[in-house]
Amino acid sequence: MSLENLLGNWSQYRKGHEEGGFHDYEHQWGMAIDLDICIGCNACSTACYAENNLAVVGKERFEKGQAMHWLRLERYWDQNELDHPEQGASFLPMMCQQCDAATCEPVCPVAATYHTPDGLNAQVYNRCIGSRYCSNNCPYRNRYFNFYSYYEDSWPEPLNMQLNPDLTVRDKGVMEKCTFCVQRIRVAKDKARMENRPVADGEAMTACAQACPTNAIVFGDYKDENSQVAKLWKKYQVKRRLTKQKKDNPELRGYRIFEELNVDPSVMYLERVREDV
Amino acid sequence: MYNEKDINEQIAWAKINEDVLRSMENPRKAYWLAVLICILMLACAAFAEYIQYTTGMGPANLNNPHMWDMYIATFVFWIGMSHSGTLLSAILHIIHADWRKPIYRFAEAMTTFSLMTAGLFPIIHLGRVWNMYWVLPYVSDRGHWPNFRSPLVWDAFAISTYLSASMLFLFIGMIPDLAICRDNARGWRKKLYTVLSLGWTGHDKQWRNFRKVYLLMACFLIPLAVSVHSIVSADFAMSIMPGWHVTTFPPYFVAGALYSGCAAIITLFVLLRYFFRFEEYMTTPIMEKTCKLTFAIAMVWTYLNLVEFSSVWYGHDIYNKELLIAKATGPYAWVFWTMIFCGSVAPFALAVQKLRRHMPTMFVVSLLLNLGMFFERWMIVAPTLSMSHSPHQWDIMWGSIVEWAIVFGSFGWFGLLFLVFVKIFPSVSMYEVKEMVFHRRRHLVNEDAAAKFHRRKDDAKSASGEPGLEGA
Repeated sequence: MSLENLLGNWSQYRKGHEEGGFHDYEHQWGMAIDLDICIGCNACSTACYAENNLAVVGKERFEKGQAMHWLRLERYWDQNELDHPEQGASFLPMMCQQCDAATCEPVCPVAATYHTPDGLNAQVYNRCIGSRYCSNNCPYRNRYFNFYSYYEDSWPEPLNMQLNPDLTVRDKGVMEKCTFCVQRIRVAKDKARMENRPVADGEAMTACAQACPTNAIVFGDYKDENSQVAKLWKKYQVKRRLTKQKKDNPELRGYRIFEELNVDPSVMYLERVREDV
Repeated sequence: MYNEKDINEQIAWAKINEDVLRSMENPRKAYWLAVLICILMLACAAFAEYIQYTTGMGPANLNNPHMWDMYIATFVFWIGMSHSGTLLSAILHIIHADWRKPIYRFAEAMTTFSLMTAGLFPIIHLGRVWNMYWVLPYVSDRGHWPNFRSPLVWDAFAISTYLSASMLFLFIGMIPDLAICRDNARGWRKKLYTVLSLGWTGHDKQWRNFRKVYLLMACFLIPLAVSVHSIVSADFAMSIMPGWHVTTFPPYFVAGALYSGCAAIITLFVLLRYFFRFEEYMTTPIMEKTCKLTFAIAMVWTYLNLVEFSSVWYGHDIYNKELLIAKATGPYAWVFWTMIFCGSVAPFALAVQKLRRHMPTMFVVSLLLNLGMFFERWMIVAPTLSMSHSPHQWDIMWGSIVEWAIVFGSFGWFGLLFLVFVKIFPSVSMYEVKEMVFHRRRHLVNEDAAAKFHRRKDDAKSASGEPGLEGA
């Protein structure tokens, strides 16, 4: 904390979130998830377990609500679904929404969760002391706490050989959550820098997006206008930094969950369309 | 109806000393029984904490929506208890309510010890307890600071400030009494009191300085007491969760704190009066005054509750409204309605003079009030987490034996600290009771003189044919 840093350009911090905030992002990673083509196969969740060294907690603890699924598949039987049970439940893959105005960030007493220049909501495991306030303040409930030490239970030998060496195994007492596969983003960025070029669209790919058999999950840099994600957001007229979207055509399916809370999530969902509703 | 005095003005000063000093030597057998119970309770908690420390937060049954539960509720409860001491000793000191004098010392001790209990809970509930000092702004070679935007960091500052200030206040107020103890003690007690009384001789200059410092500390403590619970309420109010994000939380928390603190004073009043045979000092009229104060605060609390409920009801915020309905009708309904009964209906017993003069009844009623306040804190913390924004994560959770053992044991910890304190230090302020007796006696003497004077004047007036005061 230097003096210049302290006395530096304060005016940039006077911009409200709606006016663009004070962040000057390098990238802004985002997603678009089409629920109409999601078949609820759970491949994304499984891929996430494999990629991010997520502990398998066992049936009993799962029932207690102590599961560690960074990406969970929410299943809803709303009135629509109950009227047409033959069409099945509606699915909602739910992961950390990497909010731009994340509610988890300001409440952490030790600043273990913070915003990266990539527009990601990062969690520093080593700094976390486990006050769990971040999770309490997350409207999506997408933060998962290590209630136990899982290393020995979850990966008994030789299963520990399958652990991803690009990231750690978290111990008890630490909060964790979806990172948009930050280790993969890191690799893509490093490669691009070595070759002295910008990161190409599709170069950084999350495990869930990669595993999705129907390509329902699209991941990319929202700041890059030519990326697939940015195009989708544009097509469905969903804009960031709004608490209520203004669309020319109300039939457009794009929406963001809980955007009315002004958290500015980075994930756009596309509504599922029922055939005869 | 009842026309007794707060205290008998004719008590001799030597008798006050004698009675209070005696209390530190031979309490009733029940005292030792209470100590034993407290130690056993504390042992339960220590064992549970050992399990939790070695295995993680899982055994406490915490889960994804319920990241906080009874630990935080109990933390708020104990912080609340700590407010009564400040109310009695600082606020009533400044407004010159002298009936506080025989009971303020133990109320102040209660403040300190309940803060010491409360301070344990944010630590116990941490996932990585061993790193708890990271919330303090110590100078780190890596340039790490805590996150000053987080209400939990404000908590750490507020509580440690309040704890040190209230300890200091308790100690300063005790100095003249410690000198009395020093003059009457032998053995290790003599050594202890000699050090603690800081060479008090009762010199005029010492009394002047003492008064100034005491008043200064009282003035310093009042805003602290209000701020500390407002900051605790900020733990909730600063979040965006339904049922937590409430503007009226700071006054609501402060009112609740004073309420549960006053109820606890009544409980301890009855206990100490019995344990140490303090019937002459902790008199029924003083109990009545405490009860009236508690009743008034109970009504403030009830009012603030109604404000909150009605603003949620008419605010039509879907999350908040559904949560309120769920609280009153869902699985937590029994807790919610017990809270309403104990918090808003039971205090009416304090308004009945016959009841509030009956010590055993008051003991039970005060415990009921605090049960209500404990449930209130529970109803603030848990239902919001059970039913927050995301319906997929709606869940109900009841704490495990580990969690309850720690909560239960905290009462043992508090009780033990308190019981040890009242055995080693004078739990009734000797010098202030003397003051009270002195002032009242002088008041009596003055009244007598005035009455005599008026009688003589009236006699003279009637003799000269003018109408007396009564006739005018």
